[in-house]
Amino acid sequence: MSRPPASRPVIDVRDLRTHIVTRWGTVKAVDGVSFTVDEGETLGLVGESGSGKSMTCLSLLRLVPRPAARILGGEVRLDGEDLLTKSEAEMRAIRGRRIAMILQDPMSSLNPVFSIGMQLREPIALYHRLRGPALAARAAELLAAVRIPSPVERLRAFPHQLSGGMRQRVVGAMAIAAPPRLLIADEPTTSLDLTIQSQYLGLLEELQERHRLALVFVTHNLGIVARICDRVAVMYAGRIVEMGPVRRLFTRPAHPYSRALLESIPRLGRRTGRLTAIEGQPPDLARLPAGCAFAPRCPSVMERCRVEAPPETVVEAGHVTRCWLETPGIAAPAAGAPPA
Amino acid sequence: MPAEPGALALPELDVPAVTSRRALRLPRFPLAVIGLFVLAAVVAPLLGLPDPHAQSLRDRFKPPGWEAAGSWKHPLGTDRLGRDLLSRIVWGSRVSLAAGVVTVLVASAFGAAVGLTAGYYGGRVDAVLMRVTDATMSFPVILLALILAVTVGPSFTNVVTAIAVILWARYARVIRGQVLTLVQLDFVAQARIAGAGAWRIITRHLLPNTFGTLLVLVTLQIGYVIIVEASLSFLGAGIPPPTPAWGSMIAEGRDVVTRAWWVSLFPGLAILLVVLAFNLLGDWLRDTFDPKLRQL
Repeated sequence: MSRPPASRPVIDVRDLRTHIVTRWGTVKAVDGVSFTVDEGETLGLVGESGSGKSMTCLSLLRLVPRPAARILGGEVRLDGEDLLTKSEAEMRAIRGRRIAMILQDPMSSLNPVFSIGMQLREPIALYHRLRGPALAARAAELLAAVRIPSPVERLRAFPHQLSGGMRQRVVGAMAIAAPPRLLIADEPTTSLDLTIQSQYLGLLEELQERHRLALVFVTHNLGIVARICDRVAVMYAGRIVEMGPVRRLFTRPAHPYSRALLESIPRLGRRTGRLTAIEGQPPDLARLPAGCAFAPRCPSVMERCRVEAPPETVVEAGHVTRCWLETPGIAAPAAGAPPA
Repeated sequence: MPAEPGALALPELDVPAVTSRRALRLPRFPLAVIGLFVLAAVVAPLLGLPDPHAQSLRDRFKPPGWEAAGSWKHPLGTDRLGRDLLSRIVWGSRVSLAAGVVTVLVASAFGAAVGLTAGYYGGRVDAVLMRVTDATMSFPVILLALILAVTVGPSFTNVVTAIAVILWARYARVIRGQVLTLVQLDFVAQARIAGAGAWRIITRHLLPNTFGTLLVLVTLQIGYVIIVEASLSFLGAGIPPPTPAWGSMIAEGRDVVTRAWWVSLFPGLAILLVVLAFNLLGDWLRDTFDPKLRQL
C-alpha cells in the first residue's frame, strides 16, 4: 500500500521520552520513540503488555498519569504544532477536537448514569456549538454513522441496555464527533467477540476513509495489524525496535523480536512445526540491561548487544530497525567476514 | 428419563417470579410515618389544635384523654404549664424535621464537595483533606454544640451549624471512597480524552454517580440528626424555649416522670417513630438501589 508522500504528516513524534517514577526505580516507559502518521494512514503499534504502547498514546494527548509519570522530552507535532509546549488549557481544546482516542473496555467507557444521547450531545455541543433540534439531529446522525440501528430511539437508552459491541460503537461515535485529525484506538476490539470485532474493524476503516483520519491502532493482535494497518511499529521495552510497511515487516522482519513475534502466531493452512514461544521473561523495565533490552532473550545475541544499545538503522526506504545485525559497518558473524 | 426424540427434557425448576415487582415494593410503614409527620408539620396551623404556647395553670398535668382524670380536650394530656401535648408534638415536628433536613443538606453538600475534591485530585490534596476529615470526625458533636450554646447562645441556627460542622466528615469519607474507584473507570479517562477539565469531570461525571450513595446517606443521617438535635434540646443547648422541641419536652417531664409519665413519653415516642422510619427508609433505599453499600 504505497502512497505518494504527503506534504506533512498529521502527527510527527520525535524522540518522545516519558518516564514513570515508582518505588522500584524509574521506568523508562517511552524511551526515545519517533514515528509519523499521514492523513488517511494507519499505523499499528504492537508489542507485549508493558512495552509502552499505551503510555506512548497517552503522551500524545499529554494525559500520562501524574505525578508519577512525566514527559521528559521530545516533540509531538500535530499538523506542525508542538503539543508538548502547549498550555493545559490549549491541550483541552485539542483533546477530542483534533486528537480522539478509543479505550479498550467498552463496559466502563460510558457513564452509567446518563443516557447515550446525553453523553453524545455533550461533545458535539462543545465542539460545534449546536443546540436544540440541530444537536439532537447531529447526535442521531453520528449513531447512524457507526451503524447503530434505529439511532433516534437508541439515544434514549442507557449504557447498561446496550451490548459491548454497541457501546464500543457509541464510543466510536463520540470519538469522531469533531471529527478529529488523529484517532488513537487502544485495543478497541480486545473485549469484543470475533464477529463483532470484525464488524468494528470494518467500521473503523470506513470512518477513517470518510474523514481522512490518521489512525494509530494499538494492539497485540498481529492478525488485526495485517488487516487494517498500512505500517506497523513494533515496541519493546519503551522503544520502537522495528517499523516499516506491514507487508514488508511481515515477510522480511529485520529485528529478532519481530521475527519471534511472527513465528509465535499460528497460520491456517500451513503445516509448520511447533509454534515457537519467545524464550525468557519480558524485561523488568526498572532494571533494563545496559545494551539492547532484548539481548537477554535474543537468539542471535552478540557481545556488543550487551554493552551498547543499537542505533536506528534504515534497512530499506521506510523500514527501520534497532539491531546491531542490521547496522552497516557492523558485520554480523553470520552475514560475512568481520573486518580484522 | 426416557427422552422422546425432539423433546427437550427440562428439569422443573421452582423459579421465583421476576423480582422487579417485589424489589420495588415501597416500604409502607416508614413512608406512612414520615408522610404523616411531614404533613402534620406543614399544615400544623390548619389543624385546629390549641395554641402550643397557651398556658393554663388550672389544666396542668392533665393525663391523656383515655385516662379517668383526662379529657379529650387534650388527647395526649398537658404539661406542667397546662400546654396541650399533642399540639406541642405537632409543632415540635416542624423543628425536628427542619433541623434534620437543613443540617443534612448543608453537611452533605459540603462533605460531597470535599470528598469529590480529595478523591479526584488524590495525592497531597487527598492526604490533607482526609486528615482534616479525621480530625473533624473525632470531635464530639454535643460538646461543640454546648460550646456554641454557652458562648453564642442557643438557637436553631447554632444547632444546625454545630451538627453540620461535624457531620460533613461522614459524607466526605464515603464520597471520597467512591470517587477513588470511579476515577479508575474508563469513562472518566474518556471524558479527559474528549477535552473535559477537572470541574467538568467532577460535576458532570463523578457527582451524578454518587447521587445514589448520597441519597441513602442523607436519609439515614436525618434520623441521626433528629436524635442529636433532641439530645441538645434536652440538655438545654438546642432550640431555646418556649419553641416546642421534642428534646426539651422530654427534659421538662423528666422530674415528674413518676406522676405524669405522658409529658416525657409522647415526645419520646415521636422521636422513636420518626427516627425509626427514616432508618428503615434509608435501609430500604440502600438495599434497593445500591446493595454494595452495606457498611453504611
